[in-house]
Amino acid sequence: MKQQRPLAITNGQLITPAGLVTGGLRAEGGVITQCGDVTMQDGDDVVDARGQLMAPGLVDLGVFAIDKPAFHFGGITRAALMPDQNPPLDLPSRVSYIAKSGKPDLWVHPLAAATSGLSGEQLAEIGLMKAAGARGVATGRRWIADSGVMLRLLQYAAMLDLVVVSHAEDAGLSGESAATAGEMATRMGLPSAPAEAEALAIARDIALAEIAGARLHIRQVTTRAGLALVKAAKSRGVAVTAGVTPAHFMLSDLATSGFRTFARLSPPLRCDEDRKAVVAAIGEGVIDVISSGHDPRGPEDKRLPFADAEEGMAGAETLLAMTLTLVRDNVIDLPRAFDLLARNPARLLGVEAGELAIGKEADIALIDPEKPWIVDRRKMEATADNTPFDSFPTQGRVMALFKGGARV
Amino acid sequence: MTFGRYPAGGLAFPHRDLLGIAQLERHEILYLLDEAEPWVDLNRQPSKHSDTLAGLTIINAFFENSTRTLLSFEIAGKRLGADVVNMHAAQSSVKKGETLIDTAITLNAMRADAIVIRHGSSGAVDLIASKVDCPVLNAGDGSHEHPTQALLDALALRHALRERGEAAEDFTGLVITICGDILHSRVARSNILCLQALGASVRLCAPPALMPAGVETIGAEPFHDFDAALEGADVVMMLRLQNERMQGQFIPSAREYHHLYGLTLERLKRAAPDALVMHPGPMNRGVEIDSEVADMLDRSIITRQVEMGVAIRMSCLDILTRRTRGVEGWT
Repeated sequence: MKQQRPLAITNGQLITPAGLVTGGLRAEGGVITQCGDVTMQDGDDVVDARGQLMAPGLVDLGVFAIDKPAFHFGGITRAALMPDQNPPLDLPSRVSYIAKSGKPDLWVHPLAAATSGLSGEQLAEIGLMKAAGARGVATGRRWIADSGVMLRLLQYAAMLDLVVVSHAEDAGLSGESAATAGEMATRMGLPSAPAEAEALAIARDIALAEIAGARLHIRQVTTRAGLALVKAAKSRGVAVTAGVTPAHFMLSDLATSGFRTFARLSPPLRCDEDRKAVVAAIGEGVIDVISSGHDPRGPEDKRLPFADAEEGMAGAETLLAMTLTLVRDNVIDLPRAFDLLARNPARLLGVEAGELAIGKEADIALIDPEKPWIVDRRKMEATADNTPFDSFPTQGRVMALFKGGARV
Repeated sequence: MTFGRYPAGGLAFPHRDLLGIAQLERHEILYLLDEAEPWVDLNRQPSKHSDTLAGLTIINAFFENSTRTLLSFEIAGKRLGADVVNMHAAQSSVKKGETLIDTAITLNAMRADAIVIRHGSSGAVDLIASKVDCPVLNAGDGSHEHPTQALLDALALRHALRERGEAAEDFTGLVITICGDILHSRVARSNILCLQALGASVRLCAPPALMPAGVETIGAEPFHDFDAALEGADVVMMLRLQNERMQGQFIPSAREYHHLYGLTLERLKRAAPDALVMHPGPMNRGVEIDSEVADMLDRSIITRQVEMGVAIRMSCLDILTRRTRGVEGWT
């Protein structure tokens, strides 16, 4: 499904890093050739955007499954796949297979396993995996407990100019916990860990990244203390970036009441003070990336007692709508929303996409930001229905999606 | 039962299941206690049989080992005339990989009239209850709740107070200290809620590693110093040190625990004169409680707790099966 004819989309509102631009764009050979004012030519495939938003296709940094229908519903044209697969992405052959797996209408960017078998002990063949198509290195669902291993990983990744995507929960504190210590966990009798487990892990990883001169992306920063550390590190020039999923700015641990395993996440949901701190950090620019953390889990993983259930949520379909709530609440504006959803993650992965500009990949979503809909887990496109936002009324839908100039 | 004390018929206890004290109102707790009184009397007769639940099947599904709770539920069901079947996890297909939901559906298909469940994971009983058609009684789920234990503790305490002539409707004004592994204890959670609902103020005492976060928000007062926690307490409830849940290093040793948190005669003097001593059992004598305290005839009500356990479970089984049995006002 490579782009056959030039594409011209007219009469839209382009979301560019500089702001909203009325106009359209033209794409040829999969790449944006005109942006704003468009000169149509004979033979162009013309699409009238009818005043809708024209945004870059979302770049979802850190998903756990390739789930094309869900990604396309959510306007996601590129997804960086976490190495936590079965078997893990710790060999070049697996990486190269995955790198081709979504084409042409979804590009999957594999994140190489940092350590062999994701065990946190021996460095995997990161250089060979980079050559095979890996766009970053990830520690996986878990933290690397051994500081020596983490330092060597960061140094190695810096040499290869790959971003290191880390999971920030101190393993000694988090242990087998299923919740954040606090009133909810106490009432429900759940094994819990203090929220400070995150700040401890972040402090160490930032210190090591500074020594190594590496690019560190903390996939989810969900606590006030963790965000403060990221902010301080950024202000002294450390190459650290932070991400979050909508769960941690939309929900607090109250959502786990009644032992709702769809709200069993990693890291676990936090208290409402931390949720508010995440919202503030998105507004201040401390957080750089909002991703779906897409991790569809069937009933065999979720219809279990809370602590026995697997972590994770099916988030691809709700990523855009939940992020747009931040725009409606005046936390961020539209261009900044798409920095978080597309431009920043594309930069971290080093791919020429994620913004509407000449020369970038023509990954385009036509969006009706007002369209109301209700999240209904029975009607989801994802391979599983584990959304913590079931029955949430929300607004904002992708009306059409183009990957490399070809309609999806 | 006094006329008009409770809402009429089934409104006195409108729940299908008994999953936790958290779901209960004060008057519903009192109703369960009051309805247990006739069973206390029956259990003290030479012939302890009732035909109230004749023809009904009760399954005790215990996914976690238990001796006394299982026995207590079995005796309660049998004294009410029900057919009681026990399912032990060790013998069950749970070990063969069957999911909890499938086990629940299987039990349901056998048309039990009530299912009593103990499970090692918090929330497991709620999950099973959502999948079956009959009343479910929580006999302990993980570190979450153990409602019949809290109810029997309240009944035992009420009897002991009445015998002393302190006939009170509830526990208003009493200071009750619960000491031990609060973090892992479902007994503590159910008791905090139950005792508070009945008017008592609750103190909790544990080393920091065994004290859950945020107990103040539930209205309990946390202590790490046992002597301070005991000061003037009317009731001291000791909890068992749960060695099977100690996956990490929570305390250095049993003897050090005894040094700091063991209830000795000397320590008990700090509590109110004649303060009552309780323990849900089984006791680790010489660890959390000394034998000379546990065996005090006038102060320790530990064996009475066991006695009341049967009566309160009879009360719960009776009340929860009234809809099935078509008792007037409950249909």
